[in-house]
Order: sequence, then C-alpha cells, then structure tokens
Amino acid sequence: MDTLYFLQHYWWALISLLGALLVFMMFVQGGETLIFGVAKTDVERERIIASLGHKWEITFTTLVTFGGAAFASFPLFYSTSFGGAYWLWMSILFLFVIQAVSFEFRNKAGNLLGKRSYDIFLFLNGSLGTFLLGVAVAMLFSGGSYNVDKINITNGASNVISTWTNPLMGLEAISVPFNLLLGLVLLFAARSLGLLFTINDMRSDSEIFANAIARCKKSLLMSGLLFVLLFVLFLVMLFLRTGYSVDPLVGTISPVKYKYLFNMMELVWPAIVLLVGVVLVLSGLSGAIFMKESSPLNKYAFYITGGGTVLAVWSLLICAAYNYTAYFPSLVSVQDSLTLFNSSSSKFTLTVMSFASLAIPFVLAYIVIVWRKMSHSKQSY
Amino acid sequence: MILEMTTIGLSRLQFAITAMYHWIFVPLTLGLAIIIGIMETKYFFESKKHGNSASAEFWKKTTRFWSRIFAINFAIGVATGIILEFQFGTNWSNYSWFVGDIFGAPLAIEGIFAFFMESTFFAVMYFGWDKVSKKFHLVSTWLTAIGANLSAVWILIANAWMQNPAGMVFNPDTARNEMVNFWEVVFSPVAMNKLLHTSTSGFMLGAVVVIGISAWYLLKRRDVEFAIKSMKIAAVFGLVSALVLAYSGDGSAYLVAKHQPMKLAAMEGLYKGEKRAPLVGIALLNPDKEITNDEDPYLFDISIPGALSLLANRSFDSFVPGIEDIINGGYEVVDENGNVSKALSFEQKRERGKLAVEGLREYQQSLKEGNDSLKAAAYTQLQDNFDYFGYSFLDQPQQSIPPVALTFYAFRIMVILGGYFIFFFIAVLFLTHKERIFSIKEQYKNFIYWIMILSIPLVYVCSQSGWIVAEVGRQPWTIQDLLPVQAAVSAVNPGNIYATLSIFFVLFTVLLVAELKIMFNQIKRGPDNLS
Repeated sequence: MDTLYFLQHYWWALISLLGALLVFMMFVQGGETLIFGVAKTDVERERIIASLGHKWEITFTTLVTFGGAAFASFPLFYSTSFGGAYWLWMSILFLFVIQAVSFEFRNKAGNLLGKRSYDIFLFLNGSLGTFLLGVAVAMLFSGGSYNVDKINITNGASNVISTWTNPLMGLEAISVPFNLLLGLVLLFAARSLGLLFTINDMRSDSEIFANAIARCKKSLLMSGLLFVLLFVLFLVMLFLRTGYSVDPLVGTISPVKYKYLFNMMELVWPAIVLLVGVVLVLSGLSGAIFMKESSPLNKYAFYITGGGTVLAVWSLLICAAYNYTAYFPSLVSVQDSLTLFNSSSSKFTLTVMSFASLAIPFVLAYIVIVWRKMSHSKQSY
Repeated sequence: MILEMTTIGLSRLQFAITAMYHWIFVPLTLGLAIIIGIMETKYFFESKKHGNSASAEFWKKTTRFWSRIFAINFAIGVATGIILEFQFGTNWSNYSWFVGDIFGAPLAIEGIFAFFMESTFFAVMYFGWDKVSKKFHLVSTWLTAIGANLSAVWILIANAWMQNPAGMVFNPDTARNEMVNFWEVVFSPVAMNKLLHTSTSGFMLGAVVVIGISAWYLLKRRDVEFAIKSMKIAAVFGLVSALVLAYSGDGSAYLVAKHQPMKLAAMEGLYKGEKRAPLVGIALLNPDKEITNDEDPYLFDISIPGALSLLANRSFDSFVPGIEDIINGGYEVVDENGNVSKALSFEQKRERGKLAVEGLREYQQSLKEGNDSLKAAAYTQLQDNFDYFGYSFLDQPQQSIPPVALTFYAFRIMVILGGYFIFFFIAVLFLTHKERIFSIKEQYKNFIYWIMILSIPLVYVCSQSGWIVAEVGRQPWTIQDLLPVQAAVSAVNPGNIYATLSIFFVLFTVLLVAELKIMFNQIKRGPDNLS
C-alpha cells in the first residue's frame, strides 16, 4: 500500500476517533442542560455543576486538540470550512468561551454578572453549543457552498484559495433538515450521557439525591428514546443520501447514489463497529432505565452507553471519507470537493505526526488513572 | 478610523485583540505554576519530616491560595486560546493552507503532549487535595506546570517559524510549503531563543504578580508571614528569570538583525544605516519623517555610539542597514556560509517575487497541458525566486515597512521595564532577606510596598510591549518574505468581522473585569478564608 495513502487514512481514523471521544465527553454539555429543569433545588444544581466542573477541561481540551489535529492533518478542510462557514464556527466558539469561565466564576464573589448568568451560559453551551456542533459535523456529509482553487494564490488582489459563496457564511447550514437532525441527535446523545453521568455521580450520596435520581431516570427515558429514534432516522436519511466518489486515478469526483450505505457494505468493518456501538447504546440506556441498580448493565450504564456512542460516531465519520468518498462535498463546484487525497498534509508531516501519535495510549492511560482517582471519594456537603 | 478598515485590517485587529487578551492570562499561569510547584514541594517535605506541623500547614495554605489565583486565570486563558487557534482557519484561511503542513504539526503535538497534561493534572491540583495522596498531588502540580509550559513551547516554535521559515520547501503541485526537516523547524536558533525569551518573560511576570499581591498584605499589615515567604520565593525565581530574559533578549536582537533587518530598523527608527551605528536609548520620533523626505528621524535622542552595530553584528565597526537602505538595497550582506553579496532593493525583490509567482502559474498550466519541458523551466524559475515570493503581493516600498513608531516605542518600553525588573528583584531580595523591610521607617515602608504593587501593571505593559515588537515589527509579513497579510486572509467581508470583533471585544472585556473583581475579592479574603 502507498505510504501516503495509509497515512491519510490513519489520520482520518485518528481525528474521527478524537471526534467520537469528544461526543462521549460532551456528557459535560448534556449535564449542563440539566441545571434548569431536572435540578429542582440549589443543592442538586450545585452537585451537578461541581461534578461536571471537574471534567469540563478534558472535554474542552479534546475539542481544542480535535481542531489542532484537523489543522495538522487536513489543512485544506480547516481553511475551507472555518474560513467559509465563518458564522457557524464563530457561534460555536462564543458558546464555548462562555462555558470555559463559568464553572470557575459562577460561585465566586464579585463575579460581575451574578451566578444565574453563568448558569445560563452553561445551559446555552450545553444546548445550543452542542446542537450547532452537530450541524457543523453534518456538513461532512451534506457539504457546503464553496470553491477551492489553489492557483488563486497567484491572482494578485483576489488571491483567496477557498471562497464561500453563500452570504450567510455557514448559518445557512441550520436550515438543512439533515443537518438539523444531526444537531438534535447530538443534543439528545449528550443529554442522555449527561443524565447517566449524573445518576452515577449522585448515587454515592443517594440518601440526599433520591428524588433527583428519580427525576433523572424519568428524563432519561425521554432523552434516550429521542436519541435512539432520531439517530435511526438520521441513519436512514444518511444511507438514502447521494454521496460523492473520487476516482483514485484521475481525481475526478462524481455523485453516487446510496454512497454511504455502499461504504458500509463494501468496507464491512465500520458496519460491524456501528452495529456493536448501537447494541451497546441500547443496552446501556435500557440497563439504566429498566434494570435494578445491582445489575452490571445498570451500574456501568454510563460507560457502556458512552463506549457505544464512541463506536457509532467513529464508524460514521470513517464512512464519511473512506472508500474514496469526498468528505466535505462542495455544493457549488463538485470537483472542488475535499477528499483525503487533495486536502491532507504531506507525507513527511503526517509521518512526523504519526510518531507523535504513538503517545496517545499513554495520554489516555493517565487520563483514566486520574479520572478513577478523582472519582473515588465522596464530595462533602 | 476603524469604520474605514478593510478585511485585512479588521482581521489583524481581531487577531491582535484576541492575542493580547490571551497574553494577559497565559504568562501568569506559566510563571505562577512553577512558583506553586516550589511552594508545594516545601509543603511536601515539611509534612514528610514533621507530619502535619504548623509549618507544613502554612505551606499548604500558601500553595492553595496561589493555586486559586492560578485557577481564576487558567479558565479565561483557555477560553481566549481556543479563539486564537480557530482564527487561523476562520480569518487566515490562505495562511492555513500555505503553511498548514508546517504549522499544523507543532499544533497537533501540542494537543497530544501538552494540553491534556495541563488540563488533566490541573483538575487534580485544584480539586484533588482531599482525594489523592500528597505525593500524587505534588506530582500533579508539577505536571500542570510542565504542561502549561509545554503548551507554550510548540506554539512558540510555530511563531518562530513564521519569523524565520526553515526546514521546508515549496511544493508547486500543492501550492504550499511542505516540511522536509522537522528538527530544523524545532531547533532553529530563532525558535530556541524565542522559547527562552517568552517563557522567562512569563516567569518574570508571575514573580512580579506574587510580589505585588504579597506587598498589599504587608501594606495592610496582615498575613505577614505568608506574604514575606511568598515574596522570597518569587524574588529568587524572578531574578533568575529576569537575567535569562535579558540574555535571551540580546540573542533575540542579534537574530532579528540577521533574519528581519527591517524589523530591527523599525525598532531603532533607523532610516539611514551606518557603520558604528548608535543604539538609541531614549528618543522622540519625528512624526513627519517619511522615507521620501530628508527630515531628521528624531526630534531628540540620547544614543550610545556603536552599540547597535555591536548588538546586531557583534562588531563595533559593522554596518547596520536602515529602512531606506533595505528599500534601496546595494549594501553588503554576508550569508550563513560567509559569502558576501549586495542586498537586493525592494524593486528587485518584487521583480523576483513576480517571477516566482509566474513560475508557479506556468508550472500549474504545464501540468494541465502535460508539457514537461515547460514544467521543468517553470519549476526552476519558481524555486530560484521563491525566497521573495511574498514581495509580489506588494505594490509600494512603503508597504514593506512596519509601523515604525509603535515598534520603536514598544521596544523601548520593553527594554527599560525589563532592566527595571532586574533591579526590582535584587531590591526585593535585599529587603526580604532577614526581614530587613520591617526595620525601615513606616512612611518609606509603605512607599516601597506601593512600588511593588504598582509594578504589577508595569510588568503587564512590559510583556505586551514585547509581543508588539515581535508582531507589529514584522509587518506586513505573516511569514517573513513569503506571505504578507494581504495574501493570507480569508474572504470574509468586513461587516462580518466587525460583528465578531465587537462580540469578542465586549465579551473579553466583561470577562476580564469579572476576573479582576473575583481576583481582588480572593486577595481581600486572604489565604485563611478561601471561598
């Protein structure tokens, strides 16, 4: 196999995995949506926020690293999507900036805006931020209105390589039902994971939080159901979609009906990963809702559902680009669509980065160790 | 003025504002993390030796107080950091493609190695006091400090590369620079020097902030032991940092002279170069001075003869080119291999830049047509002239000159304040040694405390000025000689950037005010009453 070909696929698999882990870690965002509604008392609200407050940095760092790794491995995607869907990404950024300070500032005297404002910031990040991120990711399948011409750099005054043709600069993506749907899927996935995390967390003080746990379970029934149903609907829409295929020899890009379904069938392993993911999500959710606390499916529901989510998202992101698929189709100039081959970094850079990526298991290991250590002892009231 | 700005100006302003806000919070975390590490190490060994003695508890309390100050800054540093990273894509998309192959690798490595280390262990450092062992906590605090500083390493390497591109070739097939030697990128002298200079500036800033806050307690005659012991640690750490800072500052000027002579000329307000060039100590620039007139560049100046030649070339008798020389060319330059040649004029560089661009265009054309002989010729034309690629985007020589006044004054502010801080740390060390400060007369004592407190805003001015010299001084280049700002921006119309810029400005200002209020509040509560 050609080394560059391998490296392009390796890095797509890695950033997809990072994206999938990000979705799992967005239980923090999901948890933030609980502070108005599910949490009825101040004690409950404080507990939810305190527990999420110990984890938010890892989610945030995953997002930052996802951005960095995307820049490093597929810079043309970075420049085309970010420079084009300007308002969509900027809105997401604003919603994450207000999150970053809120956990630390909300309870401090002299915080200028008052506690409630920071709680609203957290809620906005958890709901709107998650939703918009889903919309942005959906564009990997549904595409955007852009042109790319690398030779533009020689064009004097109009020298921009990637240009966006829709004046709404990315906000138009919100009006596409397919994108909307993935936004909602992500929202309910994050909320379900947030509920599972909160139930798990409150159990260590079950005598104080019995009512809250019951409320979370009730809410989980609704969230989980919406997550699963919307996800199934999304899969149906995705598999019925026309995708774009790139000719490996000449690089021309052409539409292919049911492209993503074919990708699953031809590659097989992403289909298996997806299936395992879905089974895990269903087991975790039903374990948490219907089974006794002593059963492993209930006890570890958060991790089982989280693991399933990682696998499902990873499989779908793989499916977006593998098997000679244009992963961010251009709606105005199909031949400009981005593929793993025309948008990646050079062989040398990808090789250097691949050496660095060998440290990832080590990084994951210390995150897990720290997570376990920090989760062991109870919080005091 | 802002209303008349174009996409380029607004994109620059947005990036500058974000970077300057980011640089309010980050340097403090760089320095403070190490100071906290030293304090906690003291706590660890005290408690190991004497159990939970009063002394051990004192150091624990001290560590926790400064950790709180760290945490308040950390969150907002992260928030402003993510905006910077994503702005490369949103507002500098051409740049992202043109250098993504080089710039991206350090950024990805930073994510894998540094960001996770910092954020994971920060959670232990801040929330883990009662959850993990003392040893694990201490290790976590140091890993947070290392992670914070490692985060700075990679981004500074990337920045250094933009000031002095190394270890790459331009690939006409992909129309971008591609890395061919990672170690040349990482270990370029500019990168090493920048790393040392910027990190130690953060260390110095952290030390001054600790001393200033401690001085407030002394002024209020409260938490005296806490304040004086914090001061001692900060003063030693600050002095060492400030000395390394000065040393690397000298190295920095030398490298600027070598790789960015226009920046050096702007730093000095030097229009006409000379042998035994003087170093301007203090001066008032003549606002009417242009390259097109013969006005004196200074209204008044106090200069040290020959010192600029010594600083720039390590030789009193050497020639340092001024702005006009760099534009007109013709002076002698010596390259890394000792070869002497005549410097090109702006017009010659522009011509060669145009040849490079033409070569690239013809190369791409020949690819389409399958014309191999044209392709080879175009390739040679491109590579022979690529060093001046960016000049093809400039029309007037004036466009190659950075804002002289801003660079000139920022440089002076940085150097004068940097020098002040060396004496500041020596004075603090002297005064805190054997608690000499307490034997000084009351009225003088309070005056000294106020100087220490007011040094906090000064150190921020010093630090920001440093970045102004580095970044404004290299204009118009995003990548030295290869890509000016006008060829690096995204096609986002000014209205959109006005909007995001305004949102950023309001949001960051509100958060900054909130942050300061929270910090003042914590300081007032003191180490015994953390909320």
